[in-house]
Amino acid sequence: MTPLLRVRELKVGFGRKADANPVVKGVSFDLEAGQTLAIVGESGSGKSVTALSINRLVDFGGGKIVGGSMAFARPDGSVLDIASADESALTGIRGREIGMIFQEPMTSLNPVHTVGAQIEEAFRLNRGLGGAAAQAAAREALERVRIPDAAERLRYYPHQLSGGMRQRVMIAMALAGNPRLLIADEPTTALDVTVQAQIMALLAELKAELDMAMIFITHDMGLVAGIADQIMVMQQGEVVERGPTDAVLDSPQHAYTKHLLEAVPHFRGGAAVRTDRPAEGVRKPVVAVDGLTVRFPIGGGFLARKSGAIHAVEGVTFDLIAGETLAIVGESGSGKSTTARAILGLVAATRGAIQTAPGRSGRPVQMVFQDPFASLNPRLTVESLMAEPAIAAGQRVDARLRERMVFLLERVGLSAEALERYPHQFSGGQRQRLCIARALMLNPDVVVLDEAVSALDVSVQARVLDLLIDLQSEFGLAYLFISHDMAVVERIAHRVAVMYAGEVVEIGAASAVLSQPHHAYTRRLIAAVPEMERRRQRYDVDTTPVPSLIKPKGFEPQPAAWIEVGADHRARVEE
Amino acid sequence: MRILKAIVAHPTGRIGAAIIAIYLLLAVCGYFGFTPHDPLQQFRVDRLKPPSSSYLMGTDLFGRDTASRLMAGIGQSFIIAFASVGLATLLGTIIGLLAGWWGGLLDGVFMRSMDMLLAFPAILLALLIIAIVGPGTATSVVAIAAVYTPIFARVVRGPVLTLKRRDFVDAARTFGSSQGYILSRHMLLNLVAPLTVQVTLALAWALLTEAGLSFLGLGTQPPAPSLGLMMSEARNLMQQAPWLLAFPGLTIMLGILGFNLFGDALRDILDPRSQGRSS
Repeated sequence: MTPLLRVRELKVGFGRKADANPVVKGVSFDLEAGQTLAIVGESGSGKSVTALSINRLVDFGGGKIVGGSMAFARPDGSVLDIASADESALTGIRGREIGMIFQEPMTSLNPVHTVGAQIEEAFRLNRGLGGAAAQAAAREALERVRIPDAAERLRYYPHQLSGGMRQRVMIAMALAGNPRLLIADEPTTALDVTVQAQIMALLAELKAELDMAMIFITHDMGLVAGIADQIMVMQQGEVVERGPTDAVLDSPQHAYTKHLLEAVPHFRGGAAVRTDRPAEGVRKPVVAVDGLTVRFPIGGGFLARKSGAIHAVEGVTFDLIAGETLAIVGESGSGKSTTARAILGLVAATRGAIQTAPGRSGRPVQMVFQDPFASLNPRLTVESLMAEPAIAAGQRVDARLRERMVFLLERVGLSAEALERYPHQFSGGQRQRLCIARALMLNPDVVVLDEAVSALDVSVQARVLDLLIDLQSEFGLAYLFISHDMAVVERIAHRVAVMYAGEVVEIGAASAVLSQPHHAYTRRLIAAVPEMERRRQRYDVDTTPVPSLIKPKGFEPQPAAWIEVGADHRARVEE
Repeated sequence: MRILKAIVAHPTGRIGAAIIAIYLLLAVCGYFGFTPHDPLQQFRVDRLKPPSSSYLMGTDLFGRDTASRLMAGIGQSFIIAFASVGLATLLGTIIGLLAGWWGGLLDGVFMRSMDMLLAFPAILLALLIIAIVGPGTATSVVAIAAVYTPIFARVVRGPVLTLKRRDFVDAARTFGSSQGYILSRHMLLNLVAPLTVQVTLALAWALLTEAGLSFLGLGTQPPAPSLGLMMSEARNLMQQAPWLLAFPGLTIMLGILGFNLFGDALRDILDPRSQGRSS
């Protein structure tokens, strides 16, 4: 039997000299009907370009297929070589036989049309349906991707839906043509873990229902384990390993695959937490947050009246102990970043107290941001960037200061030559090291790490985490580690606080919170973590929506009630 | 150096740079009197002579050498253009920077007054100012600067609005950097590229506006040579002495073309999206 798609020696290049410098250098694979192939790799590995070549969308991004063949079996038994097909033939294939979903569901939906109109369009183009028939088909499609109140949701605009809902709409549109092959390019990367788990479960169900083949692009080994039949690992445009999922995961052959598998932080349910707690007894808090509340008013312009407020952070209380890591975990919109920004004074607290112990310098709390590309001014040299905290503290830029810069740069694994270079000459991981070195310039007591490793590739992420742990003991730092990634948190945290809808719902020692979660949300969060070890388990997906943070004017929440779960472990009482 | 190399490599930027270089040389010579003849000296016997070896571009009604007057005129125009654009850049940058950074009421007051200035056609606004103050070189500078200040204010305010939300500004705040430091290092430094492009293009418009004002008799006053004034004087002699109109006209046109080509090339080069120039 001929496979659905047979790719041989595919080469793709960009720009005027596409042949000379291919980004994809001879990729070959077969995909049988109804099977799922996962393409795994880090940024720049050519995995997305490979996927975009299969429906030739790569042509619109300036790419060119410079070699190889892609034989696609049509339903009538004929075989089309996509690599050499002309645009008119491809238009008939895209959508109808090969569907695609993208990473960013907001930018792939048109914001000025209702989702109903957009799904109907997909049915009009791919199935020739019109009017009431298209509308009914659109409703069915939404029901098929498990969107509640589908008829009602058809009238919504994309911005009125959550990220997970939008991705469901994208999937509904991709399925409108009943494709025999679905290409999913990092479809859950921009989503929260619990939403990611929902989408993955949905894709697995749909695949079985529709007997559809799938190519799944991801950087996350743990994610593909549950869905893929085959795994193909790519590095710098080449396939380094290909095989059945279990074989690749359990006995990887290539060094890079092994390296990737090791670098991926495995979540072990609290079994892998740090044991190097600083000496007991001197547990003095360096930052004490008591009842922190941050609200952003809505409306209230020149003539408009204030209609309410976004309760971004509501009554958050915790202590950060000297030399320890407190991780704040939660999903987007849970208020974890706002809490961090309030501690640094970047947003004003509406209520509550933040007490910082006088530290070794005038500014005992420093911060490292998520995006290493945005947090360094591109027009300044590393020397100017590193000097900034010292200049702000009134120090002179002299030989001694330069000595400290070189010391810190070398400590984070960069050389002294870096001083004369500009940020764009460094990779993402190196930039984040720069940001860490810069945060240490003033010898702080506390470093707030706001998703500081989230934007990095897994192998880089692992090394930066190791560096952070080393620096912590060497400089006696306390970390406030903001993250959405449970596996990363498990590796670095001594204590964990779980935030949900602006409130801390559970806080305590990392081992206790991660191994015996008490609050329903913590349990849900932990259940959603994709994990290789649990790949054969099936778990029910909870689709409880997050309560709205927008509250009417004058709204005051009930004071929280807590239960002590263990010695250093307490959770909020659920209604 | 890098930018200079890129301009030489740019197909039209090269032409613009060459034109500007020649004009700068002519302007310096003209301003300091290194001209073939004294631009004010009247050779009574050689009135309205067509171009010849002794008078390269002919002579005017009073027997003055057109080539010399053109060189002096370019010098005069360049001084006014550079001074007015310099003033407009300074004022516009300060206004745009403060409006964008502080926002709120200050932004409203500043930008609405800029909008008011923008609502007038350029030459009308300049005329208005000159009518109030009286013609002269200094007035021309102020009038042209007033016309172009709002454009610079806008060019600066836009990027400031996005820059101030960038993480590196937040990072600077966490270090406790002063506002002056943030404004100069994080804002201004990132504004150099858009400002450079705008200055070059504004120079072209300023040259044209200056010529227009002089043509109307409101800029440089006779007998001092000026491009606009020369065209105005030659207008009635178009039939007998077409070179008197053609040469100043061509000079203005070429000059503006030069600055525009140069400015477009700069925009291409400084655009971070252009390949290999991401700094």
